[in-house]
Amino acid sequence: MSAVFLGLPTAPAGVGHLRGDRPFPAAARDALRDGQLRANLGRATATIRAKRAAVVGEVPDWEALRQAGAGVKRATLARLDEHLLELEARVTERGGTVHWARDAAEANAVVTGLVRATGAGEVVKVKSMATQEIGLNEALAAAGVTAHETDLAELIVQLGEDTPSHILVPAIHRNRAEIREVFARTMPQFAGPGDAGDLTDDPRRLAMAARAHLRERFLRAKVAISGANFAVAETGTLAVVESEGNGRMCLTLPDTLITVMGIEKLVPTWRDLEVFLQLLPRSSTGERMNPYTSLWTGVTPGDGPQEFHLVLLDNGRTAVLADEVGREALHCIRCSACLNVCPVYERTGGHAYGSVYPGPIGAVLSPQLTGVEDNASLPYASSLCGACYDACPVAIDIPSILVHLRGEHVEAVARERRRPTPEALAFRALARVMSHPRLWRAAQRAAGLGRFLARGRPTLPAALPPPASAWTRTRDLPAPPARSFVQQWTREHGA
Amino acid sequence: MTAREEVLARIRTALGDRRPDVEVPRGYRTTDDRPAGVLLDVLTDRLEDYRATVLRCAADDVATTVGAALGAALGGGWSPADVVVAPGVPAAWRPAGAAEDDGRPAAGLTAFAATLTGVAVAIAETGTLVLDGSPRCGRRALSLLPDCLVCVVEAGQVVGGVPGGLARLDPRAPLTMVSGPSATSDIELQRVEGVHGPRTLVVVLVAAPYGR
Amino acid sequence: MRVALFATCLVDTVVPQVAMATARLLERLGHEVVVPPGQACCGQVHVNTGYRREAVPVVANHVRAFAGARRAGVEAVVAPSGSCVASIRHQQAAVLRRAGEHGLAAEAEALAGRTYELSQFLVDVLGVTDVGACYPHRVTYHPTCHSLRLLRVGDRPLRLLRAVRGLELVELPRAEQCCGFGGTFAVKNADTSTAMLTDKMADVLSTRAEVCTAGDASCLLHIGGGLSRLRSGTRTVHLAEILASTGDTVSPGQGTAPAVPA
Repeated sequence: MSAVFLGLPTAPAGVGHLRGDRPFPAAARDALRDGQLRANLGRATATIRAKRAAVVGEVPDWEALRQAGAGVKRATLARLDEHLLELEARVTERGGTVHWARDAAEANAVVTGLVRATGAGEVVKVKSMATQEIGLNEALAAAGVTAHETDLAELIVQLGEDTPSHILVPAIHRNRAEIREVFARTMPQFAGPGDAGDLTDDPRRLAMAARAHLRERFLRAKVAISGANFAVAETGTLAVVESEGNGRMCLTLPDTLITVMGIEKLVPTWRDLEVFLQLLPRSSTGERMNPYTSLWTGVTPGDGPQEFHLVLLDNGRTAVLADEVGREALHCIRCSACLNVCPVYERTGGHAYGSVYPGPIGAVLSPQLTGVEDNASLPYASSLCGACYDACPVAIDIPSILVHLRGEHVEAVARERRRPTPEALAFRALARVMSHPRLWRAAQRAAGLGRFLARGRPTLPAALPPPASAWTRTRDLPAPPARSFVQQWTREHGA
Repeated sequence: MTAREEVLARIRTALGDRRPDVEVPRGYRTTDDRPAGVLLDVLTDRLEDYRATVLRCAADDVATTVGAALGAALGGGWSPADVVVAPGVPAAWRPAGAAEDDGRPAAGLTAFAATLTGVAVAIAETGTLVLDGSPRCGRRALSLLPDCLVCVVEAGQVVGGVPGGLARLDPRAPLTMVSGPSATSDIELQRVEGVHGPRTLVVVLVAAPYGR
Repeated sequence: MRVALFATCLVDTVVPQVAMATARLLERLGHEVVVPPGQACCGQVHVNTGYRREAVPVVANHVRAFAGARRAGVEAVVAPSGSCVASIRHQQAAVLRRAGEHGLAAEAEALAGRTYELSQFLVDVLGVTDVGACYPHRVTYHPTCHSLRLLRVGDRPLRLLRAVRGLELVELPRAEQCCGFGGTFAVKNADTSTAMLTDKMADVLSTRAEVCTAGDASCLLHIGGGLSRLRSGTRTVHLAEILASTGDTVSPGQGTAPAVPA
């Protein structure tokens, strides 16, 4: 059964960042022309692939952990309503307040209302995919609240008025020289003439510039907004996994903490974290453990924020849940290992996907969150090479979901159109021919006539009409043989 | 219908009536029976790999070792008054004259150059120290704002892997897992140590020195 | 052993010499080869492009064609294509079951268990790595994605190649990177596909091999089509052709890539 038939709403258009303005092939074409981008991505993904391979290789029970991770997520989704109610009860018990949001607009309204109630004119933010997805920063800005991104890569993106292109490292498309330029141009500490003179493009120096830029903001912030990597239903515990300490600053120093979390980020038991805290860092940054993980349960008197709000976000997730094949995409723990190993992502970068969720997981998640018709080109943005499935720490069979979504798309198009598309007609005709051996042999003999096009040359001419031209623009096609194998074999051996 | 009721109703529609019990396969390692000495070596190796400094000392030698560590981290002119100590840290670990956390507003902690705390548990395989907000570990801001963090780990607190570590913790406590100094890989995916959290991490491992 | 050969639609129509080489090789190893005349296509291209309903009769035709051979005493089905065998193993039964064809789905499952990619058949079923081939050329091997990740053929093709007399095997850098073929991906996302192909060709050419081989004719047509356009002089030749060669039957010029006329 699919969400379409159950009437479950997908993520609404007009708010948030799940839809691109162009189909993938068109957006990819521009990215492929950008030699600097290709070089930046090639270098970065090669680095992280090697690091991941090394730290995954030293874990003897990696496959068992992977299967456990998949099992925990399956168990979570199988009783998602019960687990969410338990989480709500435990968080409330410990002095937190839980809010529910049907979609991006509602989540933005809840968060904006909470910030306004504190009287704060600015907030500090921990990198969060959920708040990127719903376009929270824009909603806050419309309400007159300034959001300061504090993760280094998010800061680079925000200061450069850019958009994120990777789940873990949103500025992966920028190299050190480009980052230096953004910092020198936008940070107040470099505003005076000659101030940026000693700012080199050494990553260490750039990180120190970010530290200086954000220090004061952390110390004065009254409100912080975060996402969550995990929430434990049985204890009400939330977890944020990070590296720089910006997360700890946000989760510890302000009076008020607002956490926005997709409803699927749950795990049922405390013990389940022992699986994910092994899987995530090694898959994500290629470290045995990330520098900092913060875990908190409601409010702790005398330690950290004394007001805590948890916003539980649907925004199309229940529509994904309704698809028995596609729901596996909700297992994702946002590690980005699939992006780093994907040969398509490596060449096009994240912007071509048009959504905050790029790469292989984005190609299965975005179309399901929005409804496949709104991201129809994404399920095809893969050669189905399978590298993503092998790298996924929770064993999401991304290639199979891609194929499934292609099927959903083809059938949705067939339902909506009175006349079939030329492609559908071609596949129908091909199916008819390929299911009748006599027609198939006749078609093969007809294909053999293509020899005349080749005029004795071993290859067909490069100038063929579409869709063949999409092939022959860059690759030769051999001239068809005089006889197919089966014909020749039958001549030699009899039928 | 409230948003809460509606989201719950959607989930029930999506899942339908079939609610299979899902058995989670837990074929991974949950215990680690390597000898304690090996675990200490692994912990040391992993912490040093993150560019933390690890010093081993005997139980009666902690304060001296902490003093030496602070001297190395803060430079020759360091003063015990630059160091803030979690309230539950044993007197025998403290450098004479160090300040105890007085619960001042968190921003005031930036006045200190270094912090001294204990830990709740240490995980060898991942080079992780866990602080749990107990008096010995202090509140979370304490181990965050001063630029140098010194943690004393007792040999009995070291476990092999993550499952063993989590089993020893109270999930409801405010927990901070620390694996090395703060770091980032956000520029060309190259790891750089030292961003917003402490740029220096020193771990004093209380155990009989090698060969005893 | 009596073995049915599934040529696959692409090999049968475009590069029949690959199927012929597979048949000759199996016969040389002492096995009887039958070629069910009703065979056409495994249905993979339909399924992977989203036409799963249209795939049903194609899959059904495949299952019927080879089920008949099984009844005629065929013990195994062999195809010179990792990708098609992966589709037979992982997709066919599901496609039929989804269409309510439960009887045929059971038949498809039984067939899937007896269908082998060539290198797996040689090494695992027949237990041979030295097939008596001679191929005095410098060769590099591209492990195609579906052979590598769906069938897990591992180093079987390499073990077979290492046993070929006269063959100089050179390692392909970044071998496990996809060549960019991906079925209709090569057409629907032609620019990205070409970018992937460009890098694959650079890696192939860096080995200075005369021949790039693989277990999938589709990927070889892609790589070979690119190399031919570059007039690079490096050819693609299917693994079956190399293993069938005894030194004088197949030259590198007769591979899956069109030869540039002299």
